[in-house]
Amino acid sequence: MPPEPRITTLPTQVSLDKQAVYDDAHGVGSGHSGVTAQQSSLSTHDERMLRWVFSAYTVTATFWLLFATAVGVLMAYKFGAPDFARGEWLTFGRLRPIHTNATFYGWASLALVGLAYYVAARSSRTRLYSPKLAWIGLVLFNVAAVAGTIALDLGYNNGNLEYREWPGPIRLIFLGALLVTAWNLIGTVARRSTHDIYLSNWYTVGGVLWTCIIAIVATLPWYQYGLGQVSVSGFYMHNAVGMWFTPLALGIFYYALPKLLNRPIYSYALGVFAFWTNLVFYPIIGAHHFLFSPLPWWLQTTAIVFSVAMLVPVWGGSANFLLTMRGRMRDMTHSYPLMFIFVGVIGYLIGSTQGTFEAFRSLQEVWHMTNFTVGHSHLTMYGFVTFSIWGGLYVLLPLGTGKEPGPLGLALHFWMAVVGSFIYIVSLSVGGTLQGLDWKHGLPFIQSVADMQSYWVWRGVGGSLMFLSHVVFGWNVWRMTYGAGTKATPDDSNPAARAGT
Amino acid sequence: MNKLLLIAGGSTLVYAVLAILMGVLPGIELSRTPPGPGVEPLPALQAQGRAVYVANGCSYCHTQQVRPLPQDKVFGRPSAPGDFAYQTPELLGSERTGPDLTNVGERQPSTVWQYIHLYNPRAVVPQSIMPAFAWLFEVVDQAPPGVTLVALPTAYAPTHGVVVPTPDAQALVAYLLALKQPALPGGAGPPAATDSLADSAGSAAVAAAPAAQVYDAAKGQSLFVATCAACHQATGEGLPGAFPSLKGNPAVNDADPTQHIHVVLHGLQGANVGGTVYSSPMPPFGTTLSDADIANIINYERSSWGNHGAPITAKQVAAQRATDK
Repeated sequence: MPPEPRITTLPTQVSLDKQAVYDDAHGVGSGHSGVTAQQSSLSTHDERMLRWVFSAYTVTATFWLLFATAVGVLMAYKFGAPDFARGEWLTFGRLRPIHTNATFYGWASLALVGLAYYVAARSSRTRLYSPKLAWIGLVLFNVAAVAGTIALDLGYNNGNLEYREWPGPIRLIFLGALLVTAWNLIGTVARRSTHDIYLSNWYTVGGVLWTCIIAIVATLPWYQYGLGQVSVSGFYMHNAVGMWFTPLALGIFYYALPKLLNRPIYSYALGVFAFWTNLVFYPIIGAHHFLFSPLPWWLQTTAIVFSVAMLVPVWGGSANFLLTMRGRMRDMTHSYPLMFIFVGVIGYLIGSTQGTFEAFRSLQEVWHMTNFTVGHSHLTMYGFVTFSIWGGLYVLLPLGTGKEPGPLGLALHFWMAVVGSFIYIVSLSVGGTLQGLDWKHGLPFIQSVADMQSYWVWRGVGGSLMFLSHVVFGWNVWRMTYGAGTKATPDDSNPAARAGT
Repeated sequence: MNKLLLIAGGSTLVYAVLAILMGVLPGIELSRTPPGPGVEPLPALQAQGRAVYVANGCSYCHTQQVRPLPQDKVFGRPSAPGDFAYQTPELLGSERTGPDLTNVGERQPSTVWQYIHLYNPRAVVPQSIMPAFAWLFEVVDQAPPGVTLVALPTAYAPTHGVVVPTPDAQALVAYLLALKQPALPGGAGPPAATDSLADSAGSAAVAAAPAAQVYDAAKGQSLFVATCAACHQATGEGLPGAFPSLKGNPAVNDADPTQHIHVVLHGLQGANVGGTVYSSPMPPFGTTLSDADIANIINYERSSWGNHGAPITAKQVAAQRATDK
């Protein structure tokens, strides 16, 4: 696909986006303005359906966030008080996969799919292809997450293979939800009344389709014996993150940021370039989770080389977002949604760059298998993905439902989440480094456990703040969906957009 | 529609090709890795124990892969591809909140220790943060015949009755004890053993030895904590009925260190200390520790907790290693 026509159509896209801001702000719930009538053929029924789908995905996702992070806080506490809440159902080894899977496949997946539906319909100027399919997907995602959680707590763990611990049949339910979502998203984009397919949809449709492949590759058993399974694990645990959450979160950036700032993305072509480079480099780097393992050395080295190559899409993408915000940093003091997105972009930049550095053998020698990697996974899944979701939701959900959360709720959520995750990540990064150095210096192993204690306490403090922020977020979501939020009016509620006009 | 097909279809095709190249093909190739010499499938009981290990998520804190790095030497020789032939699901793990378990059956062969540690890790390792797996045990009035009693210290024991392992705990411990690295053909064994061989071979290393023979108290303590304290405890007092005390222990205080050195080098089974017979085996350390390290540990034991055994040198350890051959 030659990039030229896209660049020439850019101005059209801008004007469409500007109209979209107007359309969303005025159209929803109160009929359409004449300006946008020809662009948007959405009936009140279609609007209601889109709003319903977006809200339902967001609300169930929020439930999973609260659940997963409550489990996280309990586990953090156990690091200091290992005899607290002992017993089969609350033992660490069962809660740990419940925490990660509920975060991945409950919270982040549901929230991102809800956002992807909204973005697909809005940016394509059309209705959702099928609200019924969206509903089926919602049920399947949630059934999989509930069944997976129960199975793990009962000890039905698929081999402790990270992020695919749910028993096979439950992962097939999840795959079903993905297929339904892919079909529905493609159907929606195919119905578009715009000429181009907006970049966001490249990322979201691509992400869902690729993840179907990941899920199938992870499930088929014929090439997963012994060391063969190790290589599949490396491929899976990295791709499930980087080809699912990353493209969807980036897709949200590409829509929410222009929407919020009322200006086009800095470079559409750079976004396309980052799309293809991410697609080609990312699948190759999975083996960097098993450096120094008995996996073939060439496989590990290839993974390291392409981990460096990942800097290209990461820095390209981050620069694109930051340049879109250029000159508008002061707006952040008025706009929490913008601040959420800003933290998300910085999380993407730092987290992914850190990932590249962790892949170097010299650094991995110290950091691998320590708590540093736990800090890294929270920097990416929280600092990047979760903040992106929040930014996207705070920008788009009020446009979808016509209801806004209060400023206090936004402030409390933002600051507790930022400060909490900062404490969390710094304490584990420092502690993890010391842990690795303890081993390197040949100290008795138990010394590395003892030395971590104060860092685990701080991790617990950070984690508790993060959890509290989620409670506030839950309240904000309620106000934006089924509760009585403030009526969204762009003149009062969206200073960033106002400043741009 | 064409555009959509290109973006969605094209990128998915690219991804599918990459997924096959980087996921499926290495999987097919590596699944065919032949088992290394001495690598056998697990017997039924140990396989059941491995399932208990998986069900309770042990590998979220314990790896089973030894890297070719100096800091991993304590866990055994570097893992080889053939070691994993029968390991499906793979349990390499990605976190070491607890130590690597690749070779734990060699390192900690005592069933009693494993039971006590599972029941409550803090009963043997006070600083441990491992969960207590008490639900894998039962409290009964009297142990059925043939079942190992879990000899808990009073602070951790139930007020009445005795603790016995359930079949799940028995299977799990059988699995842990089966985690032993088979020796590699032509491999020199653990690197530390090579050092000690060099010492006893009377090569240039011996000339340098006297300098290394000076007793280093801090090193001795550190080695003791890392290798001995799990059973004998940091206090040297052991656990009554489970692991003998070193405090006032006749062998440790004997002017003739022969028995002391011998036990550390070669381990001990059915030890009789002060009239009590201990069923737990003590593993041999001659294969994993150098003469200097063993001398440091022995001197630490002989000079701590009120003990007053005569100090020894690495040379004596080397000499005894040679005699015992």
